[in-house]
Amino acid sequence: MEPFTVHTGTAVPLRASNVDTDQIIPAKYLKRISRHGYEDALFAAWRTDPAFVLNDPARAGATVLVAGPDFGTGSSREHAVWALQDYGFRVVISSRFADIFRGNSGKGGLLTALVEQDVVEALWAATEADPTLPVTVDLTARTVAFGATTASFEIDDYVRWRLLEGLDDIGITLQSAGLIAAFESRRPAFAPRTA
Amino acid sequence: MGKTLAEKVWDAHVVRSAPGEPDLLYIDLHLVHEVTSPQAFDGLRTAGRPVRRPDLTLATEDHNVPTIDIDKPIADPVSRAQVEALRRNAAEFGVPIHSLGSAEQGIVHVVGPQLGLTQPGMTIVCGDSHTSTHGAFGALAFGIGTSEVEHVLATQTLPLKPFRTMAITVDGQLPPGVTAKDLILTVIARIGTGGGQGYVLEYRGEAIRALSMEARMTICNMSIEAGARAGMIAPDETTFAYIEGRPKAPSGQDWADAVAYWRTLVTDDDAVFDAEVVIDASELTPFVTWGTNPGQGVPLAGRVPAPEDFTDPVDQEAARKALAYMGLTPGTPMREVAVDTVFLGSCTNGRIEDLRAAADILRGRRVADGVRMLVVPGSVRVRLAAMAEGLDRVFVEAGAQWREAGCSMCLGMNPDTLAPQERSASTSNRNFEGRQGPGGRTHLVSPQVAAATAVRGRLSSPADLDAA
Ligand code: SF4
Repeated sequence: MEPFTVHTGTAVPLRASNVDTDQIIPAKYLKRISRHGYEDALFAAWRTDPAFVLNDPARAGATVLVAGPDFGTGSSREHAVWALQDYGFRVVISSRFADIFRGNSGKGGLLTALVEQDVVEALWAATEADPTLPVTVDLTARTVAFGATTASFEIDDYVRWRLLEGLDDIGITLQSAGLIAAFESRRPAFAPRTA
Repeated sequence: MGKTLAEKVWDAHVVRSAPGEPDLLYIDLHLVHEVTSPQAFDGLRTAGRPVRRPDLTLATEDHNVPTIDIDKPIADPVSRAQVEALRRNAAEFGVPIHSLGSAEQGIVHVVGPQLGLTQPGMTIVCGDSHTSTHGAFGALAFGIGTSEVEHVLATQTLPLKPFRTMAITVDGQLPPGVTAKDLILTVIARIGTGGGQGYVLEYRGEAIRALSMEARMTICNMSIEAGARAGMIAPDETTFAYIEGRPKAPSGQDWADAVAYWRTLVTDDDAVFDAEVVIDASELTPFVTWGTNPGQGVPLAGRVPAPEDFTDPVDQEAARKALAYMGLTPGTPMREVAVDTVFLGSCTNGRIEDLRAAADILRGRRVADGVRMLVVPGSVRVRLAAMAEGLDRVFVEAGAQWREAGCSMCLGMNPDTLAPQERSASTSNRNFEGRQGPGGRTHLVSPQVAAATAVRGRLSSPADLDAA
């Protein structure tokens, strides 16, 4: 996983609350067998509407999604995180996240920045006024900065540490590789092998 | 204070433990199938990580495989893609695989035990909830999600918080004609589909000790249907006799060492469970489901319940929905419910003993007109063993279809499905809406009840045939 310290990019204002994971990625895409390549699946139903914000050419290349409260509710599918990342998002900003989605995001390396709803509103207004407005998310300082505004965001200390270090669950476990090897040397001789 | 069986196995596998953190648990055996593994392998590939212990990993193809014409390419493109991805991944990462057509292919939870890979005291995981099956050997075995599959592939460990423990003590003896399936369906109806949540269930008591390994696997298999993480049964002479001589069983001095260790895998007398349930085996009767979850069951001698029979408003609503979906009228005797299809198979009841029990009932009898019966062995080995005993002829002469091995109609990922509104008596483990095909209606039953039902065309026990 790539370490996350400071990220600057343009934003997409998603003026919707209660965006569930079925909206983020509809169930029909779950039949795929890959871990990547879900960019076309992100908000697939909504993207059939030409007026949907992601279809606005001015939003091309944006990396920060700014969503209404209760983002990521519903089914626990990890594909929701993969689709956001594959599309290019590195950060989702919202005033409330669903727990499982937030957990999955932390594991996958997608930063979920929890801010007050008035910060969301201010960010929506600012990026709608100027789609090229850079938004800087500083994980070390726990701040979101845009224009003249700097607001702080909340994130779990443990998740923050993992993101800063660029460690996924496997990376963390592999830091104990020595202990795993020591355990293996103690396993009984009769323990079966598949090959 | 003493330890429970589950705690002993857990403690023997802790690689790293720190206050406030999950334990890092070593995994002795990782079983892999085509549905839940592709993204895990893809994740390894992206991160440039190898499979740490291919020699503790085994892949098999089961969920998607057809049960006829297995020499032809799989027709459904999604199924084919999953199976082909597994083959590529196994080859690339050096994981042993038993593919369609090989003598060791079969349902992942049938293959592990029959190879002798499933042994007491092990930790066993698979991206599949019915991994609990392997607990019948006194192993701590549980299902995991796809990111955990990747974690185990890369590290052979899992960070886990300890489970709670529940004892399910079954005293006395099962009456004749009452099987392990009836017992576990009764347990689930008793504690509810959420009753085991967060627990490892340990089945104990006289009735459990008397069961064969096949029957113990049936019971542990369905622990997940009570919401539990795992089910376990302490190993004993029955367990050792089942394992001895199998291809992956220890031999010579290793066998002696193994058995000596396995004998220590019992719950200490002074150990304390977090919860306990006691059941009197002598009161049990053949049990079948009427609804759309495995907890919605009644004795076969009973009737379809009415929503008002339940006190909890949530249960009433669930019953109303289930009755509508199942097309059943409250008060109907279960024995009058007519079926279109009988499915004998799955990781719950697709083993040789299950096929024998059903064949004993079908021998010299005919499947009722208008009823189709599918017999799907749990593995190729089970299939071959059944054929060596002539069971295939019994089934075919009775008018049943004798199929190749796989999950088949347990979940209908292959072409074996129910049509909408079609009703089945099934020896599998889940009667969820649409599980065996969209709109299909499933009654969970034992192999004996399945066979008798096939003959009468209505839900029946073998005793009903003698009476007729
Ligand atoms: S037989 Fe059914 S329950 Fe068992 S592994 Fe296959 S699909 Fe799952």
